[in-house]
Amino acid sequence: MSEEEQEMITKVEAPVYLKYNFTAGSAPTRFLAQIKKGVLAGQRCPKCLAVYIPTRGSCGRCGVPTVEEVELSDKATVQSFTIVSIPIPNNPIEPPFIIANVVPDGANVSFIHLMSECVNEEVHIGQRVQAVWKPEDEWGYSMDNIRYFKPLDEPDVPIELIGKLTVTGEEG
Amino acid sequence: MSQPEILNQAFELGYTYTRSTGPVVGRFLTGLKNRKLVGIKASDGRVIVPPMEYDPDTAEELSEFVDVGEQGEIVTFAWVKEPREAHPMNEPFAWAMIKLDGADVPMIHCVAAKSESDVTTGARVRAVWADETIGFMTDIRCFELV
Ligand SMILES: [Zn+2]
Repeated sequence: MSEEEQEMITKVEAPVYLKYNFTAGSAPTRFLAQIKKGVLAGQRCPKCLAVYIPTRGSCGRCGVPTVEEVELSDKATVQSFTIVSIPIPNNPIEPPFIIANVVPDGANVSFIHLMSECVNEEVHIGQRVQAVWKPEDEWGYSMDNIRYFKPLDEPDVPIELIGKLTVTGEEG
Repeated sequence: MSQPEILNQAFELGYTYTRSTGPVVGRFLTGLKNRKLVGIKASDGRVIVPPMEYDPDTAEELSEFVDVGEQGEIVTFAWVKEPREAHPMNEPFAWAMIKLDGADVPMIHCVAAKSESDVTTGARVRAVWADETIGFMTDIRCFELV
């Protein structure tokens, strides 16, 4: 068979794999130790009193260490979200699904997690949600202890109050 | 509160790219699949392997493919004492710029050798083909000293 008759190569697989050894550090280790017990633990800045989660051990605004640990609620408010419609390679979750930035009550910053048990088209900013946890015997040092957040039957939080609620869900 | 243990975990971030080769690199890789090495002629007459899509001087599109030999000569090299996981060989080897017979520009590939002292500038080498060729650079498993 001549070369022309053979099938031309038009594509090559060129994957890139980055292998890390991740060390949590002291502040994230405290956070992970608490989530292993089913507790969402933030840290409060001694200067501006902002509560951070997950903790990095310092306040980005004030540049001071955060030490005081604050137990937060697993109820939260949707700060932003996106509907993922395109499958991600090696991701077992089938689209469409919702990724949301949620602020737990008592914290001033959001973290990213999944939303489920919801009508995707009805998810909105300010919506009240609550964590759905895995069974306790499956808890590890992982954010995956929370399966996802589901909608709560509570009034929406006005945009200007998102990230400002107390741990009991009241206006701070 | 007592400080808990420091947590440590292996973590891998992967991007599963598939790249389009285009007709020129595609032709080169198709050649490898057929255990042949092919270069391209530049405007000044030099034969470049692997083939370039555009002339390095005039930026004109290049299209004159030229077959080159599977033997060549080492122009320069670096000996790798302790191969890493991503390297093409598990044993110590040389990265070498190899000017193939019929080419004017050297091409980088690995050279298998027992020891560093066996590898020299000007040494003759020959391509060792993989058992199964798929149209990828690794179809040449390595070069060996002739
Ligand atoms: Zn602060």
